[in-house]
Amino acid sequence: MNDFVSLNQGSGGKLTHELIEKVFVKRFGMAEPLTDSAILKDSGFTLAFTTDSYVVDPLFFPGGNIGKLAVCGTVNDLAVSGADPRYIAASFIIEEGFPMHDLVVIAESMAEEALRAGVKIVAGDTKVVDKGKCDKLFITTSGTGILKPDMEHIGTGKRIKPGDKLIINGPLGNHAIAVLGARNNLSFSTPVTSDCASLNHLIHNVLDICKEIRFMRDLTRGGLATVLNELAVMIGSGITIDEASVPVDDPVKGLCEMLGFDPLYLANEGKVLIVAGTGEETRVLDILRSDPLGKYAEIIGEIIPDKKKLVVLNTSVGGKRILDMPSGLQLPRIC
Amino acid sequence: MKYIDEYRNKDLVMKLTDLINKSVRRDYTFMEVCGGHTAAIHRFGITSLLPGNIKLISGPGCPVCVTGTDFIDKAIAYSKMEDVIITTFGDLIRVPGSASSLEKEKAAGADIRIVLSGLDALEIARINSEKKVIFLGIGFETTAPGTAVTIKLAEKDYIKNFFLLSAHKIMPPAMEAIIKEGVNLDGFICPGHVATITGSAVFNFIPEKFNLSCVITGFEPADILQSILMLIRQVNRNTPKVEIQYSRAVTVNGNSIAQRHLSEVFEPCNAQWRGFGVIPSSGLMLRKDFERFNVENNTPVRINFQEDNELCICGEILRGLKTPYDCPLFADICFPENPLGACMVSNEGSCNTYYKYRLTK
Repeated sequence: MNDFVSLNQGSGGKLTHELIEKVFVKRFGMAEPLTDSAILKDSGFTLAFTTDSYVVDPLFFPGGNIGKLAVCGTVNDLAVSGADPRYIAASFIIEEGFPMHDLVVIAESMAEEALRAGVKIVAGDTKVVDKGKCDKLFITTSGTGILKPDMEHIGTGKRIKPGDKLIINGPLGNHAIAVLGARNNLSFSTPVTSDCASLNHLIHNVLDICKEIRFMRDLTRGGLATVLNELAVMIGSGITIDEASVPVDDPVKGLCEMLGFDPLYLANEGKVLIVAGTGEETRVLDILRSDPLGKYAEIIGEIIPDKKKLVVLNTSVGGKRILDMPSGLQLPRIC
Repeated sequence: MKYIDEYRNKDLVMKLTDLINKSVRRDYTFMEVCGGHTAAIHRFGITSLLPGNIKLISGPGCPVCVTGTDFIDKAIAYSKMEDVIITTFGDLIRVPGSASSLEKEKAAGADIRIVLSGLDALEIARINSEKKVIFLGIGFETTAPGTAVTIKLAEKDYIKNFFLLSAHKIMPPAMEAIIKEGVNLDGFICPGHVATITGSAVFNFIPEKFNLSCVITGFEPADILQSILMLIRQVNRNTPKVEIQYSRAVTVNGNSIAQRHLSEVFEPCNAQWRGFGVIPSSGLMLRKDFERFNVENNTPVRINFQEDNELCICGEILRGLKTPYDCPLFADICFPENPLGACMVSNEGSCNTYYKYRLTK
């Protein structure tokens, strides 16, 4: 590894994995595989426990703000682990001079989102640092939820079999593009709104009715491509994805073309990948599509036997190629 | 989506593939010069659609890849100076120099900012008038007019702290160098974006002097397949010429406004290309009237340039002599997280593209 931490090591791709494994995992004695939530068993209860830091810039973007994001993100990490999210703790690192009004708006968003998701914010911490020592506001949320014994396999995907179907609940890339647009470094405005939303009720409805759900993961930093590659390695199988069936909104598609981004690698904050057993996929799709958060759900691919653990994309024009992990931040095209 | 969906129409693509299959009579080797084409070919899995006797090889059209190590070393040396802000296109920051990269220097504290255009860099200069703002100008005829306009604007607005480190290049001399190298080729998939600026006529020397076919090509799957079909037909009939497939953007004479800006600000010079060495009259340097924006005049810098890793075959790949699969370092020692050569860095670099979209037939 380099002498200094680089931005690429925070991209969510291979370099982030390397950083986590080489610096933290061994020293902390953490058990593999690393999933969205830790599963804790104590005194007859099983709890899912997770934590996440939020450093989004700008703090306010179309469709949300850092506060809403901090609640949704942690709720979703618990929900995709099969848990019922219950309690959240929130820590704030605030830069001296931060507008009080903004802080109030952000706190109100958190309260609203917690109410919507049915979780309680029960603990927290605040630190204020000198001007210039942090960028406006960083938030860390940790959360815990109850995990029923029959849901313990959801986070690890250990029941996945070849033939299982992959489903996502809607179009990809909207969060990343909305944030990029709000950064004001594009010389045009975009109509794209972040998909930032708590998915726990949607996921609960699916898990309540469909008994053959094998795996779930939210498609945040690193996007769908990263999650698929992590999954392929975790379960030791291959995955095929049908590019034409992956929903992407036109404004996102257009901006990706212009800036050289691939929507399959872009961050989402209200999207979940569900792996369902053969025969269960239509039922999952029906449930998703009956909810506004899953209205544009699609079946996008399936699990296949492949010792090489590759993710293969059937391209929209009928070709085939590998869909790899991102190797760094997606960079703009120059010619 | 308009201008996208119709060119990614599966039925159309299948029809073109079918016509290609019916037209092939022998082995064909075509070079896609532009890195944008290399990326599109692999991203859409075009190679998996083509018959086995059509070989596509990648050329020197990724501006990041052909930029010499000495340029990166100079940029790094400037980034270490007091009160300097380096502004650059994103792809360049991970390219290895002799001993470091801009990315590593950024992590170690240098003020290096990614911009989407020269005008963004000029804006940074306006806001930071107490600092020297250096824009790393790379790219071919496509990006160079943007730099020319930026320089003119800096002149007009008396912006004294804005400077250019130029590695801008032009494409036709490199294509001529490849032909003279003796690469076995039947024709070129010519760069559509470059030709949008230059017009198609700048490539006329290729069929006239060297008897090779040329088709100016767009960047969507149907564009590329149609161009391959046009090239096959030219070869079959032995009628090499320059044809424009990308007619929705390219004309014979090109964009005269962009050409004017380019020639008013820049003049041709000899330029260093990674893999080729110096190619005469293939670079662009600032004309005398704009010389004060040349950072190398304003603040000369000395570098300890070291040769690239001797096992790295980037140079031969850029010259079309080898493919990334021929490289002993490819995927084992050299991969996007640990690039030893520039071709592994840029999204349009051959090695990066081959690695990312490793082909499945």
